[in-house]
Amino acid sequence: MHVVFAVNFIFLYFPILALIAFSFNDSKRNITWQGFTLKYYAKAFHNASLQDAFLNSLIIASISTVVSTILGTMLGLTLHRYRFPGKAAFDGWIHLPIVIPEICMGVAMLAFFAWVHIPLGLTTVTISHIAFSVPFVAVVIRARMAGFDESLEEASRDLGASQWQTFWNVTFPYLVPGAVAGGLLALSLSLDDFVITFFTSGPGSTTFPIKIYSMVRFSVTPEVNAASTMLILLTLTLTVIAMTIQARSTKSQS
Amino acid sequence: MTDKAGIISIRNVTKRFGSIAAVDAVSLDIVEGEFFALLGPSGCGKTTLLRMLAGFEIASDGEIEIAGIPMLGVDPNRRPVNMVFQSYAVFPHMTVARNVGYGLRVTGVPTPEIETRVREALALVKLDGFEERMPSQLSGGQRQRVALARALVKRPKVLLLDEPLSALDAKLREAMQIELVRLQKSVGITFVIVTHDQDEALSMANRIAVMDAGRVRQVATPAELYEFPNCRFVAGFIGKMNLFEGKVSGSDSGRILVDIAGLGRIAVPYAGNASGDIGVAIRPEKLRLDRSEPEGQRIRLRGRVTEVAYYGDESHVYLQNATGVSVVANVPNAARSAAPAINLGDELWLSWEPGDTLVLNE
Repeated sequence: MHVVFAVNFIFLYFPILALIAFSFNDSKRNITWQGFTLKYYAKAFHNASLQDAFLNSLIIASISTVVSTILGTMLGLTLHRYRFPGKAAFDGWIHLPIVIPEICMGVAMLAFFAWVHIPLGLTTVTISHIAFSVPFVAVVIRARMAGFDESLEEASRDLGASQWQTFWNVTFPYLVPGAVAGGLLALSLSLDDFVITFFTSGPGSTTFPIKIYSMVRFSVTPEVNAASTMLILLTLTLTVIAMTIQARSTKSQS
Repeated sequence: MTDKAGIISIRNVTKRFGSIAAVDAVSLDIVEGEFFALLGPSGCGKTTLLRMLAGFEIASDGEIEIAGIPMLGVDPNRRPVNMVFQSYAVFPHMTVARNVGYGLRVTGVPTPEIETRVREALALVKLDGFEERMPSQLSGGQRQRVALARALVKRPKVLLLDEPLSALDAKLREAMQIELVRLQKSVGITFVIVTHDQDEALSMANRIAVMDAGRVRQVATPAELYEFPNCRFVAGFIGKMNLFEGKVSGSDSGRILVDIAGLGRIAVPYAGNASGDIGVAIRPEKLRLDRSEPEGQRIRLRGRVTEVAYYGDESHVYLQNATGVSVVANVPNAARSAAPAINLGDELWLSWEPGDTLVLNE
């Protein structure tokens, strides 16, 4: 058991640890350790195109997270609650973006935008990110709602609440942890998506992962490592925040 | 109770799910201030009927009136009834006080009034001091009290209870039965309870409707149901009985003569008309066991004890006669004694008053 654990640990975390360690390497090439420095962080911070890419990533991620969380929650609730003709087929269809190869999704998006004559840019990237995030959010919401006691809603109605009041007072508080988890999933999906973004981005809409990729094409410098480390830190912080929120809400509920 | 007005009137109500009628042409009148039970096996339609009163199911046919107002098209939140759910449905993310005050908050009752009424309701169910607790910190019995207080604080015309005691353990259940009756008397609200447990219905309700396969079989007081069941289903569902299949061979002046295989011809008082194949039944506690042949008009048979089940307060004695007819008698253990009064293999006389015989021709 210890061996399995150790092997997994090495495979999972050693590359990341190496990446972080070498971001402090005082060398132009990332092959041998030359001494500790923070200058590549400073360099990465002052790299204007990296800043732009980071800003783009943040804009895209925040818009796509908000929109896909709302849409995904509505979709998940609808699929949980209602029965309608063709529901089974629709249920299958919304999972398609999850299972379909990302490259196909990217090509499809590109073809679609070309067909409707939308010029590639921030808008198209954001739309694509929303499109592939919504199913993930919907799936998380459905899983959350599977454990919901329907009689809570009936009790609320019975006590005089309208459907709207029932939703906000009873159903919504229950699904918040699911929405937070789904939103976080959407955020991290958007922040680190490469393939689909690659197909749908245009001039001026380079995102952080794409920028890193283009930097690597020249050479793997500690600057790339520094930029990646910052991305890791960012997503790590977000995850910790979300887990804290979730832990708190489940503690108060059960 | 007959001088009081009907609070619920159910007229020919049918509820179909697909081609199956869960509730089939039911008509019932529930009187104001009574404790009414809908009793029946699972799937008999009792819960569906209750949910139609609450407004969660819409009748396919027929009419429901509550407090004189037709309920057709009235949403659950606009009905003068409140429900205690089987799962209690206490809101998990609200404190006890916020749970109980919920129905007042959403309907715009002013805050000071909410506070007073919540306090009163919690006192009523003996949960004073629990205001700030979360439901996760409560036991099942306490959660049920929250559900009760939450419904009663709305001052409904009728309180609907869906299997309220089924999730409690046996000891707590009996305490809650007494508690519910006390509560119903003190608030004076009509209670309609759904249960599959005959003991629960018999001990709590003023009147009981026994349901089977979507239909109401009999509506009566607990004692009437037990002592004068109108059909085999009710007789079998409520309490225990010894059932004999017989054939009517004649009748005279308020009595019928019935031939029963292995027992012979017996004469039982019966006012109605009966002919052909009928069922004759006798409750186990109406039977008497004697060493010598009993005197008088008593219907009797002689047999050998095949089994004795000892329950402390009483024993169930199984007796079989020479022709193989088996009867069970409940004998109270009235005298304090460690030595059994009746032993396996004893030859005894078993008898009952003809008037105690149930004639079941339906």
